[in-house]
Amino acid sequence: MLFLANTINQTNFNKMEEILEKLLEAVELGKVDKKSPYPPQLKGEDGSHELTISAIETGISPQKILENALIPAMGRVGKKFSENKIFVPQMLMSAKAMGASMIQLKPYFASGEIKTKGTFIIGTVKGDLHDIGKNLVAMMIEGGGWSIVDLGVDVGSDRFIEALKNNPGAVIGLSALLTTTMVNMGEIVSSIKSQSPETKILIGGAPVNDEYCQKIGADFYAPDPQKAVEYMNRLAS
Amino acid sequence: MLWEHSTIELPAFKLNIVKSIKVLILNTMKYKSLIINNPDDLMFGIAPKPVKTRRGLEIGGGQVYAELNFTLPIMSINDSTLERVYEHYREIAEGALERAVHLDSKGVVLEFETLLEMTKTPSIGVEIVKIMNEICEKYYQNYGLKSEIRLTPNDLREFERPARQRSSEYLEPMMELFERGMIAGGDLLSIESTGGKEVSDEALMMCDVKGMVFALSVLGVRDMRFLWQKIVSVANKHGKIAAGDSACGFANTAMVLAEKKYIPKVFAAIVRVISVVRSIVAMEEGAVGPDKDCGYEGPFLKAITGIPISMEGKTAACAHLSPLGNIASACADLWSNESVQNIKLLSGMAPTAYFEQLEYDARLMNEALRAGKMHCKVLQQLLVASDVYTDPQALILSPENVIRISKELIKGESYVANAKNGALAALDIIEEALRSGKMKLPEMETSYLPILRDDLNSIPDNESEFVEMMLPLVDQSKFIPEEYGL
Repeated sequence: MLFLANTINQTNFNKMEEILEKLLEAVELGKVDKKSPYPPQLKGEDGSHELTISAIETGISPQKILENALIPAMGRVGKKFSENKIFVPQMLMSAKAMGASMIQLKPYFASGEIKTKGTFIIGTVKGDLHDIGKNLVAMMIEGGGWSIVDLGVDVGSDRFIEALKNNPGAVIGLSALLTTTMVNMGEIVSSIKSQSPETKILIGGAPVNDEYCQKIGADFYAPDPQKAVEYMNRLAS
Repeated sequence: MLWEHSTIELPAFKLNIVKSIKVLILNTMKYKSLIINNPDDLMFGIAPKPVKTRRGLEIGGGQVYAELNFTLPIMSINDSTLERVYEHYREIAEGALERAVHLDSKGVVLEFETLLEMTKTPSIGVEIVKIMNEICEKYYQNYGLKSEIRLTPNDLREFERPARQRSSEYLEPMMELFERGMIAGGDLLSIESTGGKEVSDEALMMCDVKGMVFALSVLGVRDMRFLWQKIVSVANKHGKIAAGDSACGFANTAMVLAEKKYIPKVFAAIVRVISVVRSIVAMEEGAVGPDKDCGYEGPFLKAITGIPISMEGKTAACAHLSPLGNIASACADLWSNESVQNIKLLSGMAPTAYFEQLEYDARLMNEALRAGKMHCKVLQQLLVASDVYTDPQALILSPENVIRISKELIKGESYVANAKNGALAALDIIEEALRSGKMKLPEMETSYLPILRDDLNSIPDNESEFVEMMLPLVDQSKFIPEEYGL
């Protein structure tokens, strides 16, 4: 009986591992669901939607689904992107696939059964409307296992501070594309730090650099989305 | 307006017919043939419809002029910095025009592209135009130097999300700046309008060519028509020059994203071609050029409409990188640097240094123009050959390919069909260059070619059918169809 039980456990374990491996592949390659035509090599196969349901039904813990499939998948995607091996659309398809999984996992976040690494508040600073870079960073950090509060564009210090009050302990990200709006970063950093000196703030955008980051008292300059994810992971570890 | 009045008295069935004809007319491009048919005639410094300015520049009349663009260094614009802001612009104009005299320049255009605060509070923008115009006039009176100001207010409407293209309260300060700014001395009027950008930003990131066609040839065309009717009307009222619009927020965003390796270059090249059907609406409404520098769709506009164009290439590296450094000047009438901050370099202030670079490029082209057609052709061939097969975005800008694509851009019955036909022609050209071995692209680029072709072929020529296809697919929380008359 013990042998049989062990065999059953082993079979179940293998099945669980197989599902997690497939889920990881589906997210990495951007397969949202079975009917999705993308990517061509997985046509007709289950996508992250179906595989997440299977994973839950098989008894894999939601936390394990997140940590052993979704986050590593997005980590691989981020690495490929930073090595110029894929373009943004492939990365976005992976984010969509992860999103399909997250819908299934939502009740477990609400119940507290799954915990994210923390909250990341992001926005393009006051006077600036450019949000392509900001959206990419938000997407990659979400893929890294963080909750995202996206304040959008043209965001002043009051809105960042309000969001921080609603999400104590959150990390803040500021984005700017113009030389005449990057100066607003300094004012926002100083307002946040005066109220909450321990809050970590990362900045990014075409006109800013590490020197400017230090000058305005921010904590980290991210030259690309992957570097932002790596910084966030260091904070969480 | 005549249409509106004449339809009121008609019975319902006739009204429908009139409405259908009206829709057909509005959805059909005015241009049905090319003004420049022969690639040999698509040449720098020469446009079939040159533009003469107040102080005597003849843009496209056998001479290439520098068009200097500039912006502030890192600083805030507020009450306490306003005098310093004005001083920067005074310093920029003085520095550039003084150097122009020293280099015996035949003429200069200064582009004043406003920043947010200068459009929101038009009096700031107007004051800057006034300051620069006084300097232009001083150099004209004292040295005979011909110069003009291109006034380019930024499109404030995108500050509202979703944008209200037609009912936004931001339209008023924009139009006020146009009108008061031209009275203060802004002679050439331009804008980088943003109609359709709510949809195109996402479409760009997804390499969604159908989304881009929708953003540019449906939303962009409609907004351009709305906006340029106003701009042309106010320009005509004051005897000023409605110059043109740039698809910068669409096609240059694509180019910069491709340079960062965020999206494929082949997609950016296709987006450039699609943008033509949107930018040409300014000319349909009465704009006469010179089209704006960052509109790399300019060569197509020149071929189709005959207007002079401003272009930017290697001299714009101060603002953004591009794969079009030399080829961009092949048929330029104004040669620009996109934008440079007023900061100190070893040689002097950056705008003065960039003016000098522009002037030497213009001088070389002008020497070829003086020497005759054969010399122009040789110089153009060198400019083209040095870039053309290095990048699909450069490939589509060779004079031969501009003419070939332009023919496709006007043959359809709708802007949508024209965008699709032009993009398919560009794809043909890219694939031919790859097959011939003249151009090489990595597999991660070429794998997008069949996807783009399939997507383009799935677009119906009929605009109504296309709109019906796209409305359920685009995120309608991000744009307001009624603001485009949909």
